[in-house]
Amino acid sequence: MANETGIGAAVKRKEDARFITGTGRYTDDIGAHGQTYAVFARSPHARAKLNGLDASAALATEGVVAVFTGADLQADGIGDLPCGWTVHSKDGEPMVVPAHPPIAVDKVNYVGEPYAVVIGESLEAAKNGAEALEADFEELPAVVDLASAASADQIHENVPNNQTYDWELGDKAATDAAFAQAHHVSSLEIVNNRLIPNAIEPRAALGEYDAASGLYTLHTTSQNPHLERLVLAAFVQIAPEARLRVISPDVGGGFGSKIFVYAEETAVIWAAGKLRRPVKWRAERSESFLADAHGRDHVTKAELALAEDGTFLGLRVKTLANMGAYLSTFASSVPTYLYGTLMAGQYKTPAIYVEVQSLFTNTAPVDAYRGAGRPEATYVVERIVETAAREMGIDAAELRRRNFIAPSDFPYETPVALTYDTGDYEASLAKALEHADYAGFGARKAASEAAGKKRGIGFSCYIEACGLAPSQVAISLGAGVGLFEVGEVRVDVTGSVTVVTGSHSHGQSHETTFAQIISEKLGVPFENVTVLHGDTGRSDYALGTYGSRSLAVGGSALIKAIDKIIAKGKKIAAHMLEAQEEQVDFADGTFTVADSNQSLTFPEVAFAAYVPANYPLEELEPGLSEKAFYDPPNFTYPAGAHICEVEIDPATGVVDITSFVAVDDFGHIVNPMIVEGQVHGGLAQGIGQALLEHGVYDETGQLVSGSYMDYTMPRADDLPSFTVDTTVTPCTHNPLGVKGCGEAGAIGSTAAVMNAVTNALGVASVPMPATPETVWRAAQA
Amino acid sequence: MEISITVNGRSEALDVPDNALLADVLRERLGLTGTHVGCDTSQCGACVVHMDGAAVKSCTVLAGQANGAEVTTIEGIGNPDNLHPMQAAFRENHALQCGFCTPGMIMSAIDLVQKADGQLDEGDVRDGLEGNLCRCTGYHNIVKAVLAAQDDMKSA
Repeated sequence: MANETGIGAAVKRKEDARFITGTGRYTDDIGAHGQTYAVFARSPHARAKLNGLDASAALATEGVVAVFTGADLQADGIGDLPCGWTVHSKDGEPMVVPAHPPIAVDKVNYVGEPYAVVIGESLEAAKNGAEALEADFEELPAVVDLASAASADQIHENVPNNQTYDWELGDKAATDAAFAQAHHVSSLEIVNNRLIPNAIEPRAALGEYDAASGLYTLHTTSQNPHLERLVLAAFVQIAPEARLRVISPDVGGGFGSKIFVYAEETAVIWAAGKLRRPVKWRAERSESFLADAHGRDHVTKAELALAEDGTFLGLRVKTLANMGAYLSTFASSVPTYLYGTLMAGQYKTPAIYVEVQSLFTNTAPVDAYRGAGRPEATYVVERIVETAAREMGIDAAELRRRNFIAPSDFPYETPVALTYDTGDYEASLAKALEHADYAGFGARKAASEAAGKKRGIGFSCYIEACGLAPSQVAISLGAGVGLFEVGEVRVDVTGSVTVVTGSHSHGQSHETTFAQIISEKLGVPFENVTVLHGDTGRSDYALGTYGSRSLAVGGSALIKAIDKIIAKGKKIAAHMLEAQEEQVDFADGTFTVADSNQSLTFPEVAFAAYVPANYPLEELEPGLSEKAFYDPPNFTYPAGAHICEVEIDPATGVVDITSFVAVDDFGHIVNPMIVEGQVHGGLAQGIGQALLEHGVYDETGQLVSGSYMDYTMPRADDLPSFTVDTTVTPCTHNPLGVKGCGEAGAIGSTAAVMNAVTNALGVASVPMPATPETVWRAAQA
Repeated sequence: MEISITVNGRSEALDVPDNALLADVLRERLGLTGTHVGCDTSQCGACVVHMDGAAVKSCTVLAGQANGAEVTTIEGIGNPDNLHPMQAAFRENHALQCGFCTPGMIMSAIDLVQKADGQLDEGDVRDGLEGNLCRCTGYHNIVKAVLAAQDDMKSA
């Protein structure tokens, strides 16, 4: 009988009991006795010298406890916020890194950059104090436009041309040769619009310092508390890791924006030590808009060379990537190793050459946002492929099929540094075409036309590299950290199980899926499994959650720990049953001796391990608790086919998504209900980018899309219901055969929507977001 | 100012600043942290509670305005052993992920279903929840949950 709470079952979530009753515990729900409140004074200018700061009136404000400046932090030995991935330019030189003090010292470089923190007995007192600060700014011309940033004023003294690096990947000569023999070349200018992540829980931090022990405790909204601790200890120099505990309790969404180490929690934990009092901060939404790391923001020229039969011969991509004002924690890796490496897509394009110049502007730092580089790559590949299909008069699905990497081609080494382990792209596309009723599209289009509407259909056959990442590969490419994961299985005396994972859940449901794995593998009832995460005081050093890595890497570590538990359990059972270890099998929660009726249950063995009366103590340590680290040998390669169909009213420019089909291959699936939910959410974000969302700065560097009234978040009435389905080619190199599903929706969907919009309008391109105004203008052309 | 409000059936007499917001009083003074604050502009809906039977965004209600009112928060509609049909439907339909928007979403949805008297279709639910942002679910399963709860609330 299948395990109803095991792998593959749509088990309802453990997490929900608290979330639906209002008893979740997010950072802002936590308080400390005697806590103070932090408010950050933020630059009103995009670029200015800070010639002086008069805090006397602020300090005289009732209830103000302290005012700290960037100079105060520097004087105390507090270091810069580092970027954790060193990318090298074409000439071999490492990227140029500007200083990034947590609190600005003598200049500010984007609107919203903190230049002081005011600590008050109450939030109101701190706000009043911040209002009373008198900063002497000398405004300078702001660099805002990405396309001209390289020739604009130099923002950082040590960064000529505002360029951190000029990177390349692929074989330039081979690609040029491919273009020289092309029958047809398609080219496209592509802007990937800036997005603002907008997890609904604003970032927050509560810093505490215990003078008796010298221990710092930081509660914060982080996707990876160990990374937070590592940076605060090793780079910022708050305290050694052993005296710094970082706890991420319930976290209300991240989407990448809560990976990074920010100024605010840095200042909060430092100030808690200085004042010897707890310090609390929670972002207001306007602060989230201004000071959370933004996403995307590329300007690209793409060219695809094709043979007469539509075979892809070469792809050439040149991209400008906006870094914002400083290098955020992983900013440099996003438009390079998470972008250029994906340019083969699902295709056998033999020659690819990618160039990326990453530039500074006087805007908020830009870093990973759901998909991180891979949505941008998919957008380039799938827009140019669709364009080529239209230009050559080949059916868009057929052109893709002709160029797919076939199942027999795996493992497949791409010209851009990755080796795909497995996949069946034809299968995903075929299933998606069926769900989308591609055959009936012509009739639907005719019906729309008869009603004065324009109908279009668009495809996106995406691939992503997930399960980040093989440590040695990542480190050789510039990563400053390993990318393994840790999993621990603590079997309790009576046979219940506590799992401690270094992965972090902020919506992904680890408490449920990791318990399903234990239930499946150890036969322990689902309700007897508790999963702990998000606390450096509980788990070993680990790398946290991003890049769809929790199950592929964290789940694999858990499997390794489970294997150790079973191996030790067999030894214990063999001793108790007076059998040879090799004779003992374990299945469905029972140890049995082959060819006998002797058996022991898992709780019986666990009990014996802790009450070792009949136990081989001379050969075996007591206890049943095991831990494992797992470093993946390769990335995983989720892939799929998304098909979007739209109907456009040319009179209003409103785009109505009449159907959205996503068929994804995530390998094996632990909980299909949860996977569908992850896909839905990703689709909403990808569709949001295509039709609604846009982070906009004006020419002076003011963020004009700085609230929910100006930045269009997808709402319930903006989106359709989705058709989602899966195909399965199990990952070949991890024990669960899983690939990861967290980002796929956001990676694949945007291109499908824009391919549908341009198809409906019969135009080569429409800028994102395709708002009614933009679409209406395009429809008039 | 002195106010008296009934929160989840319990009478509370409180001395609050004139400019105190209901959301902050619920969270900070009464410890009812299930009501969340996600924006500054009454746009996200994470703070929705019921005041005298109607859904309100508690970040935009002064505590003084709630003087004499009956307020129900997410903590007051059910508990793990006896869930409100809307809570149960959210769980059954996987209508939540990170959980942050969930309390406001559930409180809005209950109000929506009650006002519509069981007549909602998918489009009505999407229109009716337009004031509540969710960044995780894409709303697909939220819509399913609300339609399912509508049937359960009818038969209840």
